[in-house]
Amino acid sequence: MDNTLFKQYQQMLKKEKRFVRLYQLIILLIFFGGWELLSRFEWIDRLIFSSPTHVWQTFIEKVSDGTLTLHVGVTLMETVIGFIAGTLLGTFIAIVLWWSPLLSKVLDPYLVILNAMPKVALGPILIVALGPGYFSIIAMGALISIIITTIVVYTAFKGVDPNYSKVMQTFGATRWQIFREVILPASFPTIISTLKVNVGLSWVGVIVGEFLVASKGLGYLIIYGFQVFNFNLVLMSLLIIAFFATIMYQVVELVEKVIIKNNG
Amino acid sequence: MTFLQLENIHHSYFSNTQAKEVLRAISLAIREGEFVSFIGPSGCGKTTLLSIIAGLFPATEGKVYIDGEELATLHQPSIGYMLQQDYLFPWKTIEENVTIGLKMMERNTKTHKVTANALLQEIGLPHVGSNYPRELSGGMRQRVALARTLAVNPKILLLDEPFSALDYQSKLKLEDLVVETLKAYKKTAVLVTHDIGEAIAMSERVFLFSANPGTLHKVFEIPQALQELSPFEVRQHPTYAEVFQTIWKELESLG
Repeated sequence: MDNTLFKQYQQMLKKEKRFVRLYQLIILLIFFGGWELLSRFEWIDRLIFSSPTHVWQTFIEKVSDGTLTLHVGVTLMETVIGFIAGTLLGTFIAIVLWWSPLLSKVLDPYLVILNAMPKVALGPILIVALGPGYFSIIAMGALISIIITTIVVYTAFKGVDPNYSKVMQTFGATRWQIFREVILPASFPTIISTLKVNVGLSWVGVIVGEFLVASKGLGYLIIYGFQVFNFNLVLMSLLIIAFFATIMYQVVELVEKVIIKNNG
Repeated sequence: MTFLQLENIHHSYFSNTQAKEVLRAISLAIREGEFVSFIGPSGCGKTTLLSIIAGLFPATEGKVYIDGEELATLHQPSIGYMLQQDYLFPWKTIEENVTIGLKMMERNTKTHKVTANALLQEIGLPHVGSNYPRELSGGMRQRVALARTLAVNPKILLLDEPFSALDYQSKLKLEDLVVETLKAYKKTAVLVTHDIGEAIAMSERVFLFSANPGTLHKVFEIPQALQELSPFEVRQHPTYAEVFQTIWKELESLG
């Protein structure tokens, strides 16, 4: 009796999953189908909004002449490095602040200012200071996520139940041992969730950086397409960005699953 | 022989607006291998006193001697401290939790596994070493916390209401286990509790504190007949109710 009920329940779950997938697919088809139709019947301006078939043609063209791989490669490299650098540096500063409560008190207003400031506004200064190249674009990708990472991770460090540290203190643990054995592992879930935010932020930083200065990359393609009024190129770049940003997000989720599983 | 001695302990907490005196002129001595309890109304500073003995922070005034040596703050692995909740690290296995204290003290980890297994055997949980804390019940987790405390072979155990978060049945069982284990290892122990019954059932002497500021009000000697029994048996003994009444009246008189 229990067994049949359980089977029914499993089947229900399966059915629901299939249902969800079906509707997700339908939305996708409606989006691209609708876009194509609207464009074919000229209900939207073809020059501005392009159409899936035109975007596809541009895509094939750019892949076959080899330029797209270069642009995608450059942007991905910049984003991944900027993302990792921003997260690591932000976490590192958080560790320093945790280590020295006095320093954290001193720096508190400056963190607030830096956090409130729109980091992309620093773009021109970065480019002048670091030169118009990959380096300043990576710096943009990193800079945009450092401060928010610092603030969120530092808050997580401080939020760890002090009784865990107390237990370690009674064993005569040093401050560094307490950090390594308790504070850091207890904050892993928060660090991971900042990773998810930082994925999106790094893309913003890098694309804006490329807008400003680059001669390669997807941000450059968007600006270039805009300047020569080739919106096939702009929309293609957008779709590619959406694709790779999603992939990066999924990778972070995978990392999260592995870490959280070992983490209780 | 005196093992733990407190000499004229005063303690005050300071905040922005006031200095609050929580302990005044506490002097007491505890023999080696003795089990004593601190009871008293809330605000009598018994947990603060325990933290001072544990070396978590120094008293504003006064001295603590353990085994004749004056206590320096922190880095005192000779002290075992058990809290209200188990505070097992959820990201570590039971075995890693039990040996964390050893890991802090020495780098050689070869013998740790053996120690962990022996202790888990002792507390009646021989097969949970590779499990995670979330897979264990509250009572089992507090038993593991006891094993973790004992792993570093402390000279004295400080128990800060370690049974208060447990259901009644687990609590009674754990009381027996703690007393039995501590007797076997001949450990000195101080229990902080708000439960008079628990204090009578487990200890040899009960220290009653009064509040605002915390002072040592009275010391009760538990009759020899009760001291020899297990906590569970004590609760069934005819003189238990009598002792309970005496302490209860004294506690009531404090208001």
